[in-house]
Amino acid sequence: MLAVLVAQNIAFYIIAALIVFGAVRVVTVKNVMHAALWLVLVLAGVAAQYILLAAEFVAIAQVLVYLGAIIVLFLFGVMLTRTKAGIDEELNNSKTMRIGAGVIGVALLALMTYSLWDGVRDTEFGNLGVQRTSEVSDSIFSTFLLPFEVLSVLLLAALIGAVVIARRD
Amino acid sequence: MFLNQFLILAAILFCIGVYGVIARKNAVLVLLSIELILNAVNINLVAFGAYWHANDTANMTGQVFALFVIAVAAAEVGVGLALVLLIYRNRQSIDINDVDMLKG
Repeated sequence: MLAVLVAQNIAFYIIAALIVFGAVRVVTVKNVMHAALWLVLVLAGVAAQYILLAAEFVAIAQVLVYLGAIIVLFLFGVMLTRTKAGIDEELNNSKTMRIGAGVIGVALLALMTYSLWDGVRDTEFGNLGVQRTSEVSDSIFSTFLLPFEVLSVLLLAALIGAVVIARRD
Repeated sequence: MFLNQFLILAAILFCIGVYGVIARKNAVLVLLSIELILNAVNINLVAFGAYWHANDTANMTGQVFALFVIAVAAAEVGVGLALVLLIYRNRQSIDINDVDMLKG
């Protein structure tokens, strides 16, 4: 049992390091295409964390929807809106604004880390059993049936809206 | 594994996303940073869901909410990129600082 826990922890820290590295590259890299490709690393890492949390259906959905669909959408967006790669002025705000953004980010991180450390310091996961897909579907189609239907209407509205907005008249 | 590991990872990812939203001015890159923020929230939801599931095995609320967030994110990216394309077509640039016609 202890060996499994140690292995889980090692996997967590390796994947977390990859996620943070990829996310930093997404917000600092000087080529829009590369930023979209670094996002692939972040999203795949997040899917791996879901597997560590024994949430298999969300992990699969993450791979299908994010890695499969949203990344392709972003690559199309990058290719259809040509920006010159490697030119700082085209991608980033002024230096003072970036320093301000860094200060805001670090301050927010310090605040959240402090409150998390203060609030849920020694909370361990209990018995982290696999959360089966059948249980997820039971929950969606009983407790959350109405939000699920509303969500399908929202997706349809977004689909039609995207077509109407992007169409060339 | 502690619950806090996942929550602090999500906090780091969230703050990197906030930095990206403020520091970038290319609209596609701002949308990419928003994806980072949404993923951070999803890690939180799934982590709390797993923690809750350990005590009450019938409860799947965390995962269901994460799935809803994924679906709403997909809708948001579709409409957002359509808007970016429209702006690019009209102005040959997707610098979000230039799109300030509504400013008084």
